[in-house]
Amino acid sequence: MPSRATLAVMVALACSAAQAAPTSPTSARQKALENLVRQDCGSCHGMTLKGGLGPDIRGTRLRAFDPAALEQIILNGVPGTAMPPWRPELNERDVHWIVQYLLETK
Amino acid sequence: MTLIPFFRAPFAALALCLAAALVLPAQGHAQATGDLGLVIERATGSVLVIDQSEHRSIGEITGLGDLSHATVVYSPDENFAYVFGRDGGLTKVDILKQKIVHRVVQAGNSIGGAISDDGRLVAVSNYDPGGIKVFDADTLELVADIPTGSKTIGLVDVPGRKFVFSLWDKGETWIADLSGATPKIARITGIGKNPYDALVTPDGRTYIVGLFGEDHLTALDLWQDPPLPRVILPGYGKHEARLPVYKMPHMEGWALAGDNLVFPAVGHHEVLWVDSRTLKETGRTPTYGQPVFVRARPDGRQVWVNFAHPLNDKVQVIDTLTKKVIHTFTPGPAVLHMEFTARGNEVWISVRDLNKVEIYNTQTLKKVGEFAAQSPSGIFFTSRAHHIGL
Repeated sequence: MPSRATLAVMVALACSAAQAAPTSPTSARQKALENLVRQDCGSCHGMTLKGGLGPDIRGTRLRAFDPAALEQIILNGVPGTAMPPWRPELNERDVHWIVQYLLETK
Repeated sequence: MTLIPFFRAPFAALALCLAAALVLPAQGHAQATGDLGLVIERATGSVLVIDQSEHRSIGEITGLGDLSHATVVYSPDENFAYVFGRDGGLTKVDILKQKIVHRVVQAGNSIGGAISDDGRLVAVSNYDPGGIKVFDADTLELVADIPTGSKTIGLVDVPGRKFVFSLWDKGETWIADLSGATPKIARITGIGKNPYDALVTPDGRTYIVGLFGEDHLTALDLWQDPPLPRVILPGYGKHEARLPVYKMPHMEGWALAGDNLVFPAVGHHEVLWVDSRTLKETGRTPTYGQPVFVRARPDGRQVWVNFAHPLNDKVQVIDTLTKKVIHTFTPGPAVLHMEFTARGNEVWISVRDLNKVEIYNTQTLKKVGEFAAQSPSGIFFTSRAHHIGL
């Protein structure tokens, strides 16, 4: 039976694993995702992300929002608007990377 | 007639050249513009000047701002192009001298443009601040500012120095008459939810609005006063669930294919056909992806279609008589636009992620040329100068 100390370490490890960001996409995938953000999100939000039919999605604006909520918006879309769900195209790791990428844009 | 002795010929030739130099205008090349055009290079804010007969680009003009979404109209003499950029930039380009003549940044965010029937006014439709602005085509001085309080799309010219456009947020179409000293605006409500783009038929009579928020399109007969909204293709998508829309379709002229008009279905892998007189549905064609541009060849005998992300690598050709796909091919990743020559013998196709424009013969369906372009999007031939609504 594990000691208390060992249990505590195991619990801590399990928590940190649960809270950690999903592992990063490969660098090739990151390049494809950046292209997707600029070109395809850009269809509505503009290639410079300053907005078009859809709103400004530069980091300067998005920092006001909860990143987890932004990930949900990308994955599930916004019903009743032109924002489509990207779940058919992207997994959660992709979307996590995209939100971090957007948050760094100016 | 006296014969010029052999030894004097060079002097006579020189004299002729001098005379010609005095008579000919000093500016420009002695080149006509009828087979020229522009290709938008969307990532670099530049345009290529292209030569239809030579199958190549003959120059590049830089400094046009953000062209990630852009469109072009031409002056009636085909000497000048007006390029409308995403950043609200309106740039007047001399395509013979291959340089920018005027440039204004007239709004924060814009989507399209049009030129009046007399060639004197250029109008821009804007997302932010929403509305249209009208400029003098010579000087680009502001002539009229028409705020709409909505993202404004589907701007076209119609006869009588009028512009027609639609309001994404309000579901209205406005007709601005600029024939008098002050603009007269007619507002038509009840067009439908979220108009995303619109077109006018080649005769300037029927304005057709594509709707993102409805399962139909709306038509206006501009020969009526007032024009009344008419639902066409009601419930066209009812038979299956709508797919996520990753790119709004575009509606441009060249929707007339024989006796039919052709349109993209929003959120479906389908092209929709209606009778051009009755506006009743006459058929549907299942396609490879969600159509973006559905363009009839100028003679109407074929319809060419490209598709939205992630299926934007292919082009399909539909036969107008049978409404069946007769040819599917893969130009490459991100086919963004297709432009026919005025008589439709060729179609020029921009393939963004291959960084090239490909040229196809529309009879043999074979590639007959290509040239390099950086992230090419829209292709615009000068023959557009002579078409209502383009």
